Amino acid sequence: MPLNRDFVGRRFVADTPFLVGREHIRQFATAIQDDSPLSHDLEAAKAAGYIDLVAPPTFLTAVALWRPVVPVHDPQLGLDYSLVVHVEQRYSLRRPVVAGDELVVSATIADIRKAGRNELLISEYEFVTTGGEPVATARTALASRGTAA
Amino acid sequence: MLSAHMPAIIDYDDVEVGTRIPEREFRIRREDLVRYCGASGDFNVIHWNERAAQGVGLPGVIAHGMYTMATAARLVTDWAGDPGSVVDYGVRFSSPVPVPDDDAGATLVVSGVVEKKLEDNRVVVNLTVRFDGSKVLLASRATVQLA
Repeated sequence: MPLNRDFVGRRFVADTPFLVGREHIRQFATAIQDDSPLSHDLEAAKAAGYIDLVAPPTFLTAVALWRPVVPVHDPQLGLDYSLVVHVEQRYSLRRPVVAGDELVVSATIADIRKAGRNELLISEYEFVTTGGEPVATARTALASRGTAA
Repeated sequence: MLSAHMPAIIDYDDVEVGTRIPEREFRIRREDLVRYCGASGDFNVIHWNERAAQGVGLPGVIAHGMYTMATAARLVTDWAGDPGSVVDYGVRFSSPVPVPDDDAGATLVVSGVVEKKLEDNRVVVNLTVRFDGSKVLLASRATVQLA
């Protein structure tokens, strides 16, 4: 069944800001086997000019997944998540994410379109501090396999 | 001698279009995927449950696409000496990376080449990420802030 095009243009904002934790940065860096001292050792991060531990560039994945805003499970959208494949991802960072950042996550469904037998669901994310500072944007393309009309 | 943890000093003026970042191999094992499930919040069963992965037609458990993307970024952030050096990073996922239930896991081979020099000491690195001889990421580019 095709996805509901009425969702294009809708914007969703997380109710609760996401507090980026030091231990979360360490755990994420450990999971991707990144032993950069700037993500593990507070003194090293400060010596390099940062106020706290520095997150690896794809850490925002964890922010977006632990604070989900796009209603992928809303029956009105009509997405069968077992058919979903992640096809494209992009991050643009105005500055690195550091421990202590409190980020408000929002996302807009930018497009739903046919791509052969599949459909693409394009979401554009914004990560802004609770103080109003824009930190990063992201674009995610999910393919819904075989659902094109 | 520099320790493994000392940031590499890559100066913008020493980098040219065509400068290569030496190829590296990165190993991914099941344990890493389980850690990544927890750290990222992506608990999709195809990344940790063989039975479920085979049930949807996969050969077995596969790595998160985002794990592959994160791993490829390490080539660049280790080169620049700073996980905060990447200002823009985009990829397309072209094929899955199966991670067998053994000690060897799966090995990604990652290399990079500077394809553009921008203003403000930024460069664009084109990354090549292979598994078992095939490219698993396409259009994989990182814009990197150098000193």
